[in-house]
Amino acid sequence: MSSSPEAARRAAARPAEVGGAAVLSAQVAVPGADAASGADGSGAGVAWAVGAPIADIRAPGGPIETRWDRRRFEARLVNPANRRRLTVIVVGTGLAGASAAATLGEAGYRVKSYCFQDSPRRAHSIAAQGGINAAKNYRNDGDSVHRLFYDTVKGGDFRSRESNVHRLAQVSVEIIDQCVAQGVPFAREYGGLLDNRSFGGAQVSRTFYARGQTGQQLLLGAYQALERQVAAGTVQAFTRHEMLDLVVADGRARGIVVRDLVTGEVSVETADAVVLATGGYGNVFFLSTNAKGCNVTATWRAHRRGALFANPCFTQIHPTCIPQSGPHQSKLTLMSESLRNDGRVWVPLRAGDGRAPGDIPEAERDYYLERVYPAFGNLVPRDIASRAAKNVCDEGRGVGPGGLGVYLDFADAIARLGRPAVEERYGNLFEMYQRITGEDPYEVPMRIYPAVHYTMGGLWVDYDLRSTIPGLFVIGEANFSDHGANRLGASALMQGLADGYFVLPNTINDYLAGGPFPALDAANPAVSSALSDVTGRISRLLSVDGDRTVDSFHRELGRIMWEHCGMERTDAGLRKAVGEIRSLREEFWSRVRVPSSGAGLNQSLERAGRVADFLELAELMCVDALHRTESCGGHFRAESQTPDGEALRDDERFSYVAAWEWTGGVPVLHREPLEFEYVTPSQRSYK
Amino acid sequence: MNLTLRIWRQAGPDVRGRMVAYQVTGVSPDMSFLEVLDMLNERLTLEGADPVAFDHDCREGICGACGVVVNGVPHGPQKATTTCQLHMRHFRDGDTIDVEPWRARAFPVVKDLVVDRGALDRVIQAGGYVSAPTGSAPDAHALPVPKADADAAFEAATCIGCGACVAACPNGSAMLFTAAKVTHLGLLPQGQPERQSRVLDMVAAQDEAGFGGCTNTGECTAVCPKGIPLETIGQLNRDYLQASRRPARSRS
Ligand SMILES: Cc1cc2nc3c(=O)[nH]c(=O)nc-3n(C[C@H](O)[C@H](O)[C@H](O)COP(=O)(O)OP(=O)(O)OC[C@H]3O[C@@H](n4cnc5c(N)ncnc54)[C@H](O)[C@@H]3O)c2cc1C
Ligand code: SF4
Ligand code: FES
Repeated sequence: MSSSPEAARRAAARPAEVGGAAVLSAQVAVPGADAASGADGSGAGVAWAVGAPIADIRAPGGPIETRWDRRRFEARLVNPANRRRLTVIVVGTGLAGASAAATLGEAGYRVKSYCFQDSPRRAHSIAAQGGINAAKNYRNDGDSVHRLFYDTVKGGDFRSRESNVHRLAQVSVEIIDQCVAQGVPFAREYGGLLDNRSFGGAQVSRTFYARGQTGQQLLLGAYQALERQVAAGTVQAFTRHEMLDLVVADGRARGIVVRDLVTGEVSVETADAVVLATGGYGNVFFLSTNAKGCNVTATWRAHRRGALFANPCFTQIHPTCIPQSGPHQSKLTLMSESLRNDGRVWVPLRAGDGRAPGDIPEAERDYYLERVYPAFGNLVPRDIASRAAKNVCDEGRGVGPGGLGVYLDFADAIARLGRPAVEERYGNLFEMYQRITGEDPYEVPMRIYPAVHYTMGGLWVDYDLRSTIPGLFVIGEANFSDHGANRLGASALMQGLADGYFVLPNTINDYLAGGPFPALDAANPAVSSALSDVTGRISRLLSVDGDRTVDSFHRELGRIMWEHCGMERTDAGLRKAVGEIRSLREEFWSRVRVPSSGAGLNQSLERAGRVADFLELAELMCVDALHRTESCGGHFRAESQTPDGEALRDDERFSYVAAWEWTGGVPVLHREPLEFEYVTPSQRSYK
Repeated sequence: MNLTLRIWRQAGPDVRGRMVAYQVTGVSPDMSFLEVLDMLNERLTLEGADPVAFDHDCREGICGACGVVVNGVPHGPQKATTTCQLHMRHFRDGDTIDVEPWRARAFPVVKDLVVDRGALDRVIQAGGYVSAPTGSAPDAHALPVPKADADAAFEAATCIGCGACVAACPNGSAMLFTAAKVTHLGLLPQGQPERQSRVLDMVAAQDEAGFGGCTNTGECTAVCPKGIPLETIGQLNRDYLQASRRPARSRS
């Protein structure tokens, strides 16, 4: 870590304004890299190279409280008459994409909005349950912008940028105001003011919510704003369209290749800038809490065109999900973390205790979170709660089928608050649990187990949310920006809406002020080659005509990733995983069977393309996890733990963002050093 | 469990469809209905047949993407439950189950069980929003909202836009869907300024999109996975009447 941020900024190689991708190629070949052959004996060498460091050149220095104001003031503007001549493509209609597209439309840009679902309102954000954070301090419990900033940097285990996180905390306040103005029906108290709840990793009550459907209500607010702009003619909405590649011409992102999922037609759409709001890649694990369609294709294709991918191994495993019921399982269902406010987590004291939960007396129960973490108890951050559950299950104290579960018990809460109060807070979650498991959580404790939930990694962006390809912006879960190595609950909705309503619409002007860029015609080699790449890939997928289904590959990939790149990672396991992923990828391209043709709706083909990209991403995730020999946040390397089993960071060597460059061969690591001026990195303690 | 699924197969919008029977074996009662379709599709793929197309995404009952008619009932036999949350423990070994797409004039079939519900988005475009462009909104606490109103608005706002109400309605009306939005926004102070234009324009858009008229059969609310009550339609009718008495309130 270098001494002063300014020095580091100057010393770091700047990604060039145009053709950034080319300039970023490896400077130092191999050292730090590791060409040893795989420990599994398969001979698969795992190697990476180290390239020039990278810096966030757009973050202003100076006092952190004024950085955002200064950046907004310094950024160039586009006059309203010119906005009509500028086209922006926004891929994705989740919280980030819908809010951005609506806001850019309101500003007068010509916006084209894309999603693969049949309506923008169905984006994965709709499923978020628990709530959204904002530093309103309506409770007078000591909250402030600074505290939210502090909690988020600490919660992320000191692997995020101070500038970005501070801005997020500042903007959080405006989000709530904006959403209320749109008619989002947040929960209220009898006095008519907004209610709050507390969430993991915080000791204040700053989470705004709408029963267990906060994501739904926030997304409908953004969706309605988007549809208003569709009616106004500023936004064109393309549903059932999937982006399959990025068009980069003369070093700038100038468009996308999309497939109309209904007609099968593949076309190029051009614009002056492209915004990716395509969500996270948790489905690389096959089983996750994400919607089935969530995928990495848009960001992965952009990565292959030159955008750096940051911290791909930073994955969040959520502690409270419904355990798997059998091999048919197609996805996992989250039980909102808000349940940990009133539910108590426990397992039997004795391993192999087969008694029904009601028959286990108080003295023979282990409320292990309350025991080990008395200060935060059941509200410790997610990574800690998940690992603790894994540990008790590894000790043979897990409950339910296969011993992969722990109890989340509401008996005390029901006794203390009464059933109606519990019903009021969690009614719909209890119903959902009962519908899936056939068990009544008012009568027997819920069973929960950790599941893949969120990906902190994503495309690298600077303070302006610009990727390393000029003209390509990345917002929401698709970027890596604000959560470091672990995201706090209720902070993804905050980030998605901060990016989409308030940050991007300000920073993108600075780039668009340089436009309109020269029109691209179909004969342009950048356009024709992107198009033929996509159509070529589709024909290849269809022509293998093998003997295995797409899902069978996806499930197998998921097993490899969960086992070796999940809650606990080791050097040997990760090397083994890389070998297995490579052979699975080879097998995929020789044995996959994609029925029917590319003309018209073909859901197998859609999935095949996504799985093909997951098979590439998975390897990079393992390489990233392998190179980071420290533990931090959700990334737990078994080799790096404290004597009592907590994650042990190595700030000397790893206080940086790992931004990976695609080369087609050995990936190249570009480090962005992290500087902490306001929050001193410390060993996180929730005890 | 072993089941017979009779599924509507239709290769494209302009092709005639028909019911095709498939035997599925080894179904676990813990499976969801969509997981049974997954299982069938895996087999069809390996047999070289075209898998059954169906919409789904969240599989948690919230995105509104899924939805098929199961034995004549949109979303199937379990009350207040989307197709993706319907579990096989509600069926018996040996059952024959009919699976069909939503059928309504405004929802043309795309393929098999997939229909085009874009008409619902067009109804929202006509006025299902509060015009509050991103900017300096007043502080969220500037305007208290009685809890009862906020709660009722929330209940109406839980509509997932699945379209089951349309599929259940003998007239193919989207009135419950529209009424849910009109009620949600009409109960909040933020929704008042546009309350009258909203109801007029959304109802007009509904007619234009090819949805039928509402004759209060109540079939919609019976299948609605979110339990949107029929009273919302009463609310819509009152708002509509009031708005139409005042001329020139529509925006279009
Ligand atoms: C079950 C669950 C509960 C959660 N609860 C909370 C919570 O309480 N609080 C919180 O803060 N966070 C929560 N989260 C996390 C949060 O919901 C997500 O991180 C967030 O909603 C992501 O929003 P987004 O806009 O970035 O992307 P998404 O909502 O995932 O949207 C992605 C969009 O991109 C489109 N897309 C993707 N790929 C393509 C492509 N190739 N071509 C075209 N379109 C494409 C999709 O159609 C979609 O419109 C939860 C997550 C889950 C899974
Ligand atoms: S009113 Fe009910 S049935 Fe109709 S779209 Fe909404 S949720 Fe679906
Ligand atoms: S798949 Fe989302 S509601 Fe059923």
